[in-house]
Amino acid sequence: MHDMHPEARAETQGDHVGCIRLSTAQPGARGEIVEVRADHADGHGVDVHELERRLLEFGFVEGARFELLHQGLIFADPIAIRLDDMRVALRRRDAEDIWVRLDVR
Amino acid sequence: MSEAVLRPARVALVGNPNTGKTALFNALTGSRQKVANYAGVTVERKEGHLTTAAGRSLSILDLPGTYSLRARSPDEAVTRDAVLGKLAGEEAPDVVVAVADATNLRLVLRLILELKAVGRPMVLALNMYDIAQRQGLRIDLEGLQRELGCPIVTTVATRKRGIDELTAQVDALIASGVLATDNVWHEPSAGEIRTAHREAQRLLRAYVRPPERPDTLTAKLDAVLLHPVAGLAVLLGLLFVMFQAVFTWAGPPADLIEAGFALLGGWVGQMLPDGLLKDFIADGLIAGVGSVLVFLPQILVLFLFIILLEDFGYMARAAFLMDKIMGGAGLHGRAFIPLLSSFACAIPGIMAARVIDQKRDRMTTILVAPLMTCSARIPVYTLIIGAFIPDRAVGPGLNLQGLVMFGLYATGILSALVVAFVIRKIFWRGAVEPFLMELPTYKMPSAESVARNLLLRAQIFISRAGRIILPLMVLVWVLSTFPGPPAAATAPAIDYSFAGMIGHAIQPLFAPIGFNWQMVVALIPGFAAREVAVAALGTVYAVGDAEANAGALGARLAEQWSLATGLSFLAWYIFAPQCAATLGVVKRETNSWAWTGVMLFYMTALAYLASLVTYRTAVALGWG
Repeated sequence: MHDMHPEARAETQGDHVGCIRLSTAQPGARGEIVEVRADHADGHGVDVHELERRLLEFGFVEGARFELLHQGLIFADPIAIRLDDMRVALRRRDAEDIWVRLDVR
Repeated sequence: MSEAVLRPARVALVGNPNTGKTALFNALTGSRQKVANYAGVTVERKEGHLTTAAGRSLSILDLPGTYSLRARSPDEAVTRDAVLGKLAGEEAPDVVVAVADATNLRLVLRLILELKAVGRPMVLALNMYDIAQRQGLRIDLEGLQRELGCPIVTTVATRKRGIDELTAQVDALIASGVLATDNVWHEPSAGEIRTAHREAQRLLRAYVRPPERPDTLTAKLDAVLLHPVAGLAVLLGLLFVMFQAVFTWAGPPADLIEAGFALLGGWVGQMLPDGLLKDFIADGLIAGVGSVLVFLPQILVLFLFIILLEDFGYMARAAFLMDKIMGGAGLHGRAFIPLLSSFACAIPGIMAARVIDQKRDRMTTILVAPLMTCSARIPVYTLIIGAFIPDRAVGPGLNLQGLVMFGLYATGILSALVVAFVIRKIFWRGAVEPFLMELPTYKMPSAESVARNLLLRAQIFISRAGRIILPLMVLVWVLSTFPGPPAAATAPAIDYSFAGMIGHAIQPLFAPIGFNWQMVVALIPGFAAREVAVAALGTVYAVGDAEANAGALGARLAEQWSLATGLSFLAWYIFAPQCAATLGVVKRETNSWAWTGVMLFYMTALAYLASLVTYRTAVALGWG
């Protein structure tokens, strides 16, 4: 039930020069979402496309501005994000599919 | 107009969570509302009525909040099906009122685009407009109205502003005879969601000017409340205050209710001639009702906290803070809300598990929810603690009785985490669902909405007490009264009754955990509702004494039971699946007798084991 769909996009990480996964960002990090691409299915209770649609529905879309506000006590997880003009909480593992470009300070 | 006379026009409120949709529903319908369930599912169905200025009668349906018609949970499925007119027993709404938080339009604009595809006539209510104005947020209503093709009304539901305009618009829309267009809605693909977001972004850029004075309170509060250490400390402190308040605030009104019923019982006792009828009314009926109503203050205090925290916007923060801790046990952060509600009663808690999108997480939450110490256990705990634990201070502001109570709650919570962990390992083999949650801006709860909600909870409790507990009290009275003792009886009358017979018959099963037959008798009606056990103990130990109050009963128990037995009884009540209503709800929510059976079995096994260990340990310590 966690199968990778054959049409899962095959771009390499080469597209993301200078970008990081949101899951690796630290508190205070801010920037812009470059791509939302659910490409790893392991361990999620839903398939990759469902995860991608859920992220999109919560406003994790290409071009959205974000700032990492807070993180949890244990393993710095979950994280609270300011996303455009709202606040969203998610786990780091679900944030792996979100590629972001950090602002240059 | 003749149609309007025949049936009220149906209006459905649809919107994101946290947009003040329910406040708007309350402002529209006032006290003319009723709560039931949708046919076949246990999603709460809130419907209300009103008559517009033009004399048209409207029936308003408050649908569960959602971000998309692409439903991910049973609640959201109800919203989708109601809007599409596919819900069993419901017709499609004549008008959809999309409710939006004026300060947070992005996601709701995307939902509105979906609603437009459904083709129902629509009005957009921009709620919390006062906050938007205070922030200096400018919305070009004319332009947005033109683009969306639906009338827009600004409202402040908590202050009842814009309500007449909203009903007038709905009225005008119906009167104008606008018909629903074809429904072209389908589940959007990822690409279509992106397109809708771009459209929403375009609308925002064109018609909304960002606030000049954005809300800074939420950020400031979150700096503390979401802080990894301070946040958890605040949460634990809140929980502790909550449980202490349940005890201290609820004490005086509970005493008053108790005294009132004792007075009533005594008065009736004097008015009626001696005999079965007097026994029945004074000991069966009045004492029974009193013993249930006495818990109303505690339930209300608990719900007051839960409702306030929810309305304030804190619950999502609590879920954030608890997610990793609960996640370690295999629970979703959102399970925190159903589990917290379960402290009041497992039934609303289990029903609240519907906010969890995924079946596995929901099942786990439902299975462990009854381990949270529900308010029906409070009377049992209060009675036993009052009887066996000395009332003395063990530190500043700390009382030994309160500490034991806290320990009982903590044991329930810890065992729920362990059980959830085991369930995940046995049944789900470790798959973890995504966790995504909006953190709403903090808002001052409205006193009226809190009061209304609290009143609703009180009504639900009283009607439950009336329908389930009262007949059971009568049954207990019958079982413990008939057959009467023989003329030359030496033992107490109850020894000769049906209850006595049953108690004696199955007592050997409970002997290893230190229960005497009176306790076993009390467990039988206690299976219908936990708190009934207290009244049943009162009946078993003090039949014929209408003034039986918790204090007198406690003193009686302290004479009759050893400390080991008292502790064993407490341990039993942490785990025992002693509530038929809960099992009924679990069956309905999981739609499976197998899961209900799993719950019944594991909880009974845990209860017996815990009592056995407690009793044996206590006896070994010389408390037997």
